[in-house]
Amino acid sequence: MLLLAPAGALADFISPESGGSPNADKIDTLYKIVFFIGVAIFLLVEGLLITSIIRFRARRRGPEPVQVHGNTPLEIGWTIGAAVLVLVIAGITFAFLGPIRHAPNTTVSNLSASEGVQFASAPQVSNPTSKKALHINVTGMQYIWRFDYIDAKRLTENRPVYSYFRMVVPTDTTVIAKINAADVIHSWWIPKLGGKADGVPGYNNYTWFKISKPGLYKGQCAELCGEGHADMRAQVLALPPDQYRAWIETQRNELLASQKALAAQRKAGIGQ
Amino acid sequence: MSTSEYVGQRRPVTALPRPEIVLHGVRDRPRGWLEWLTTTDHKKIGILYIYATFIFFLIGGVEALMMRLQLAVPENTLLAPKAYNAVMTMHGTTMVFLFVVPVLAGFGNYLVPLMIGARDMAFPRLNALSFWLLLFGGIVFYVSIFFHPPEAGWTMYTPLSEEAFSATGGVDAWIFLIHLTGLSSLLGAINFVATIHNMRARGMGWARMPLFIWTILIYSYLLILALPAVAAAVTMLLADRHLDTGFFNPANGGDPMLWQHLFWFFGHPEVYIMILPSFGIISEVVPVFARKPIFGYKAIAASTAAIAFLGMLVWAHHMFATPMPAVVLSFFMLSSFAIGVPTGIKIFNWLATMWRGSIVFKTPMYFACGFIAQFVIGGISGVILAVFPVDWQLHDTYFVVAHFHYVLFGGSIFGLFAGLYYWFPKITGRMMSEGLGKASFWLMFIGFNTTFLIQHSLGMSGMPRRIYTYYPNGDWAAWNLVSTIGSFILGIGVLLTVLNVLLSLKNGKRAGNDPWKANTLEWFVPSPPPENNFDVVPRIRSAEPMKDIRRDVAAAGTPAGSVYQPVAPGT
Repeated sequence: MLLLAPAGALADFISPESGGSPNADKIDTLYKIVFFIGVAIFLLVEGLLITSIIRFRARRRGPEPVQVHGNTPLEIGWTIGAAVLVLVIAGITFAFLGPIRHAPNTTVSNLSASEGVQFASAPQVSNPTSKKALHINVTGMQYIWRFDYIDAKRLTENRPVYSYFRMVVPTDTTVIAKINAADVIHSWWIPKLGGKADGVPGYNNYTWFKISKPGLYKGQCAELCGEGHADMRAQVLALPPDQYRAWIETQRNELLASQKALAAQRKAGIGQ
Repeated sequence: MSTSEYVGQRRPVTALPRPEIVLHGVRDRPRGWLEWLTTTDHKKIGILYIYATFIFFLIGGVEALMMRLQLAVPENTLLAPKAYNAVMTMHGTTMVFLFVVPVLAGFGNYLVPLMIGARDMAFPRLNALSFWLLLFGGIVFYVSIFFHPPEAGWTMYTPLSEEAFSATGGVDAWIFLIHLTGLSSLLGAINFVATIHNMRARGMGWARMPLFIWTILIYSYLLILALPAVAAAVTMLLADRHLDTGFFNPANGGDPMLWQHLFWFFGHPEVYIMILPSFGIISEVVPVFARKPIFGYKAIAASTAAIAFLGMLVWAHHMFATPMPAVVLSFFMLSSFAIGVPTGIKIFNWLATMWRGSIVFKTPMYFACGFIAQFVIGGISGVILAVFPVDWQLHDTYFVVAHFHYVLFGGSIFGLFAGLYYWFPKITGRMMSEGLGKASFWLMFIGFNTTFLIQHSLGMSGMPRRIYTYYPNGDWAAWNLVSTIGSFILGIGVLLTVLNVLLSLKNGKRAGNDPWKANTLEWFVPSPPPENNFDVVPRIRSAEPMKDIRRDVAAAGTPAGSVYQPVAPGT
């Protein structure tokens, strides 16, 4: 447990990133529990190995070692021991699985979060009990991420506000991200906001996060997608809800304005 | 059985007369290089395998160092993105398909007939075909560097490997490599199964078979079960690419996940194909140098079979981040955990074999101890990765890179080096230098751990695998530099062993039949063994026939350890 204390400095050194979203924190804790069980096994095995190397080195005129062929009770013992150990890890994992998958309720009330939808196969998400969450569609494409804000006020009836590279979300709000891909497989991953979810063409994948601290959270594509794979970064900017609403409004206006500008250019004969 | 059967006239090995064999229509044997081209002798084929695969190992190692150089500093421009992806793809493909799997076939080829008391493999010509298919598979793959090497990673995930995203012929070269080396392995595996089932010495029942033979047998069964899946998958990919079928292409109604299932249905058993024979080597080396019988022979043999069976049921743990129902993820987590049990049994059996032994620290034992020390880390990180919520964070990061190198390099290859140092005297008749061997071990041990331990932390702090460069993010620059320095130490360690082999071939001390006081039958024959292997095959009375023979020789009044080849016809 001593190792847990300086968690700030050592966080990324001995365990996965965390601190952005409750699922990432739970995964981090689960990792540490399994890791410390692993450390115990490691110390046991390496201890026995090093002891044997030192104590049982052949000596000149030493006695011939006793020719033991095995010890059935001992062997059954460590077989059962190993089986019990993995069962314990399995039990702990299932205990943690709920909080990691289950998206909590949104804590702010005045947000236009829509009704939750049921997911046919969403290993990483189960719906918040309030059924209220902000839904954002995430699409991976060579070599950039696109975000469609399907719950926000639309550009036109069927066309949501969108952005590339940087996703903007409100704090204290449960965000459910639907991940898919337009060309090859990509993998959505912002380490501080929880695990990765592969975007597979033809499939929908889901993950969630809920950010309490405003700020910029960084990540990058985690599935080899071609020569630009290393450049396919992504950011999530968490803003207080009122600033988020202001950003959506600005983004919507800019997108509409650019469309109008293009139409005006066509009429003026520019870019023929 | 009386001792005189193999004690016979006690003449030293070097003065042995060749037996006279009466045959009709013996052709002159070709000499020189033609002899190597046309040979069907399992020992020569084994040597060809070992030479060819070690050359591929060195090429793959150079590719690894190129990647480490590129990643040594952030935003490096040494390798362009396409070049980096090509080098990375070739490194993975080379190490898996052209080194670890076939080098084990090479050791198996050389050793299986000798360890079970057979004249040759069951199908000698098929054996030669296996080798040449492997070599041409490697050549077909490597000539692609003069055109367009593949860039989609050794797993060739669709749709990236489809024609739309990888239009050049590199992926096709990779597909032909899989077909040729796959056929090679399949034929080799059938040969091993036929040989081991049918050609064992009198008295060598299943419970007296050397543990290395057990692992080669199970390695062969796994190859036979797993290879058809990947052969089918790459054929479908080839059809997708050139015949406009749509097996894996969502645009044509296909399914990219199908590729992953088929690939890993092969790919995970492949992991055990690569590690089980190394387990076998450790199970041979540890008891010989601890001067104690293997602890729990039956448990080790049974756990090999258990690992292989469970290894067929865990493939989707490579796919935890894909859209699959949680119940499926849970199944693959539990089956992966289950493998931890037989693997743990093996580790504790090896430790119990060393416990209260009288351990002689020759180079093979150094590598065996290094194997145990490092493999246990790979095993523990494997259990961590099997916890699927944790894998959502660690999947496709440097943590995974570290994990599988601890298993494949720290495990398989260290085991292989133990085997190389252990059997080199048998294969060549000469001892390798202990000084160079131990220096090589320490450099490899330090270099390996410097390279890969830090990569766990890189992965946990968010560095994905397969990126050609990175921004100076937190400690990534420092940790990557440490890893690169380690990789060069590791490389020098490997080169010392290469040097050791080259020097010892000419100048090594004469080995004699049995330099290690070993337990198994290959040490009964001269080093190197004569073409017919055995003039007389002793009857096997235990899992350690050489120990029985030494005891009988001692009882007959000769100094223990000086074993003589029988001259009189025996059993």
